[in-house]
Amino acid sequence: MPKLRRLWMRLRATIGSGHCGRDFGDELESILQMHVDDNLHRGMTPEEARRQAHIRLGGVEQVQQVARDRRGLPWLEVFGRDLRYAARTLLRTPGFAAVAMLVMAIGIGASVSLFTVIHSVLLRPLPFPHPDRLVAIYSQDAVWSHNTVAPGDFYDWQNASHGYEQMAIWRWTGFNMSASDEQFPEFLNAGTCSWNLFSTLGISPVLGRSFKPADDNPGAARSAILSWALFERRFNHSPAVLGNTIRLNGQLYTVVGVLPDWFRYPNPKIQLWVPWQIEIPREVQWSHYDHIGYVVGRLKPGIQSTVAIQELSAAQHQIYLRLNGTGPVKQGAVATPLLEDMVGEVKTPLYVLLSAVVCLLLIACLNLSNLLVARSAARRREMAIRTALGSSRLCLIRQQLTESLLICLGGGIVGLLFATVGTHWLTTHWEGLPRAYSVRLNSMAVAFALGITATAGVLAGLLPAISASGGSVLSALQENSRGIGGSASRTSMRKALLTGEVALTVVLLVAAGLLFRSFLRLRAVDLGCTTKNVLTMNYFLRGDKYSKPEQIVNFDTELLEKVRQIPGVKAGLTNVVPGDGYYGDHEFWVPEHPPQPLGEHHFAAYRTADPDYFSTLQIPLVRGRFFSENERLEHDKYAIVNQEFVRQSFPEEDPIGKHLRVEWRTQQGENYEIIGVVRDTSYQIDRSARPMMWFPILAGIPGNSADSVLVIRSAKDVMSLATPIQKVIGSLDPDLPVKNILTMDQIVGESTANSSFTATLVLSFAGLSLLLAAVGLYGVLSYLVTQRTPEIGMRMALGAERKRVLRLMLLDGLRPALVGLALGMAASVAITRLIRSVLYGTSPLDATVFILVILTLLLASTAACLVPAWRAARIDPMRALRSE
Amino acid sequence: MADKTEVWLGTLSLMVLRILVTMGPQHGYGLARRIEQISGDQLSLNYGTLYPALLKLEQEGAITSEWGVSDNNRKAKFYRLTRTGRRQLERQTHDWHQATAIVARFLSPSEEG
Repeated sequence: MPKLRRLWMRLRATIGSGHCGRDFGDELESILQMHVDDNLHRGMTPEEARRQAHIRLGGVEQVQQVARDRRGLPWLEVFGRDLRYAARTLLRTPGFAAVAMLVMAIGIGASVSLFTVIHSVLLRPLPFPHPDRLVAIYSQDAVWSHNTVAPGDFYDWQNASHGYEQMAIWRWTGFNMSASDEQFPEFLNAGTCSWNLFSTLGISPVLGRSFKPADDNPGAARSAILSWALFERRFNHSPAVLGNTIRLNGQLYTVVGVLPDWFRYPNPKIQLWVPWQIEIPREVQWSHYDHIGYVVGRLKPGIQSTVAIQELSAAQHQIYLRLNGTGPVKQGAVATPLLEDMVGEVKTPLYVLLSAVVCLLLIACLNLSNLLVARSAARRREMAIRTALGSSRLCLIRQQLTESLLICLGGGIVGLLFATVGTHWLTTHWEGLPRAYSVRLNSMAVAFALGITATAGVLAGLLPAISASGGSVLSALQENSRGIGGSASRTSMRKALLTGEVALTVVLLVAAGLLFRSFLRLRAVDLGCTTKNVLTMNYFLRGDKYSKPEQIVNFDTELLEKVRQIPGVKAGLTNVVPGDGYYGDHEFWVPEHPPQPLGEHHFAAYRTADPDYFSTLQIPLVRGRFFSENERLEHDKYAIVNQEFVRQSFPEEDPIGKHLRVEWRTQQGENYEIIGVVRDTSYQIDRSARPMMWFPILAGIPGNSADSVLVIRSAKDVMSLATPIQKVIGSLDPDLPVKNILTMDQIVGESTANSSFTATLVLSFAGLSLLLAAVGLYGVLSYLVTQRTPEIGMRMALGAERKRVLRLMLLDGLRPALVGLALGMAASVAITRLIRSVLYGTSPLDATVFILVILTLLLASTAACLVPAWRAARIDPMRALRSE
Repeated sequence: MADKTEVWLGTLSLMVLRILVTMGPQHGYGLARRIEQISGDQLSLNYGTLYPALLKLEQEGAITSEWGVSDNNRKAKFYRLTRTGRRQLERQTHDWHQATAIVARFLSPSEEG
């Protein structure tokens, strides 16, 4: 305690040192006086008394020095002095200080934002107990490395494995929630899970209870667990909802629990959970063919994931051997850590962005370094004088470092503000960033900001400080302020810094160019249908009201009739529009073909359509015809396929008139006649075409034909049709919610959003570094021209042409740019392969991008050098020589 | 002899505390004189040596200071013991006795035989 108190007192004394110093002077004076009085008393003469007193005191100055050192904290005082000095120097050139700080602020702000996102999304463990023991388990065969799991496989795994404490299965589902108490009908994204999902994760509901084994049973009473969001939004926080029933898809479910507010697994969109065996159709319950579930396992303590998965994989292989030939069975199992499974997709984009940002920060450091070298050149005489007066080299370096640290500190504080804005912007604008809800600027981020601020300050300040303080004092003092030579070493250092800056800029430009080109490729992808003026909306026909085909077909027919009455509107129905994802596929056989070898299975994406769907989306017919109005209900045995389907299954035949055998209504399957072939459409914008088959949506088979997308095309603004059409749906069934009201352009935009996001960000970083590099070039060459004015004047006086002078200076300035360009190109060739996985249809060594980068950089650096070079060429030799 | 100042500072503060507890508030000059007197003029103190000890004690809160008037009507800064200082003196006196006793045992010739 006394030690601490002493430190505190010394700190106080340091800060308010003026007052204490005066106080001590007074005390010394009073002691001297008393001593003199004493001496006088003893009979000395006044002069003698004073002299003796001074001798005994031991030198006023020395005593004061001792007192000063002991009273305060000398190192703090020195630091304070450095700080004051640096601040004064900076304030003398406020423009320079502001620009330097702003540049650092952008670099630091961007780095902190990215770090915060990476820390929260990729690095922070999941909020469950022992999250390192949680794994996602997938099934696997030769084609699919991570396939969802068939329920039958899952139950066999549960019995066979010894490495997992628990294992749970879940999948996405959705419910229409009826209108009630002035609340609108609503479609809810939901999950259906085996009873133990929550205990596997290690959490329990905040209200009520978790599912019990008895709930997860085909015959059990229907129960549901609400997410906190739904509990808050729809049930007003009222615990009374526990034990009450809610109506989902027309069925009554008892609410048994409410999940904690922070629980967002696997996705915050999931509003409620229902037990697995109640939701999954009975015939799929024990199937080994329907790969529909996501499996989460919790490893037993001390068990390696690789060991546990080996056992599962062996069990799966047994199933494969037993059932091979009866249907599509997977051959093995693989596990991924749960966190990796959730965020793996954004890993590369995030690290790409972080590297870009670190590049930007490095460039900002080099830039600041460059500016400081320039300033230190101007302050060479000051440094020399201070050295001559006894300042040590360390002292001068410290002084200079303080200055760059001060700039970086200012930059860091502003940068932290930028980071708060930047982080918020990133998480709200990055579509589909997993765990985005958990991203927060926390103390880790502040510590990181402090760390990089200090590093940047030292990095930027050390080189100029060392270069400024070295060298001969005498030559600096003798040096004519405008003399030739002397600062040659400093100029070459600035050039070296610039070379580094240009090289980093080139790398950034190349990366940005590649990402942008890849984005443009994506945008240019032809979906295979029109996307202009098309509106889509989803509805799902569920429950008692839609349990019979007639009910579904009646609704669809009435809806289409009413929508088509709106003038200028074309309308069609399907289950999935192009560009909106793969969704499910279905196995098929061609009865006209010889039987398939054992274990071989053919799948095609499952689609439905009404007669007008293809013409509404302008998907061209290649051969045959579309569906007709009377192909509905039982009279539905017709199918349409795409070109890719024909390419794979009918390579050398006419598919029209052949049949597809699918198992829909019965176990034996039914034959569907192929009546048409349409052009390929992409199910996802960055994927190549896959075989697809369409069946009449007006067959009305519950489960198969009940998921509908209404597609509307009109000549004018389609968005204005959304409300009238919603009203039409409301008039047909007031309890039916409509969701995903989107134009085709929006659907395409959503799937390219991430790519455009990364490309735009990296491009803006690259543009910023190009600007910094250009400004650096301009600064160095301007300085060089001023330095060499007398020399140039001399050359001109001796007969050099202006054109030659211009070329000389231009080349001098361009040399660091050219060397930097070469270095940057070499680095890019080595580095760009790392971002291969985020590029679409673009080689990491894309020639166009590389050439464009070279041209851009040459153009920018020439422009930056031209002004000072031109100024050099216009020097008046007479005035230049006279100014010497 | 490198540590001489430190040892000196330690014992010096003990002397200062002792004088303040027996004689009441003193100014710096008075303290220096008293120490010289008590030591039988074997110690000769200049203020440059005494001041750091006073400063350290004040920073630790063992003594406080305030301006007053000396016997012969001079303005002077008086140092006074605090409660913390009193406790510190007790502890240091005890420590000092213990330390000297231990050293004395080592130096005493009778233990050898």
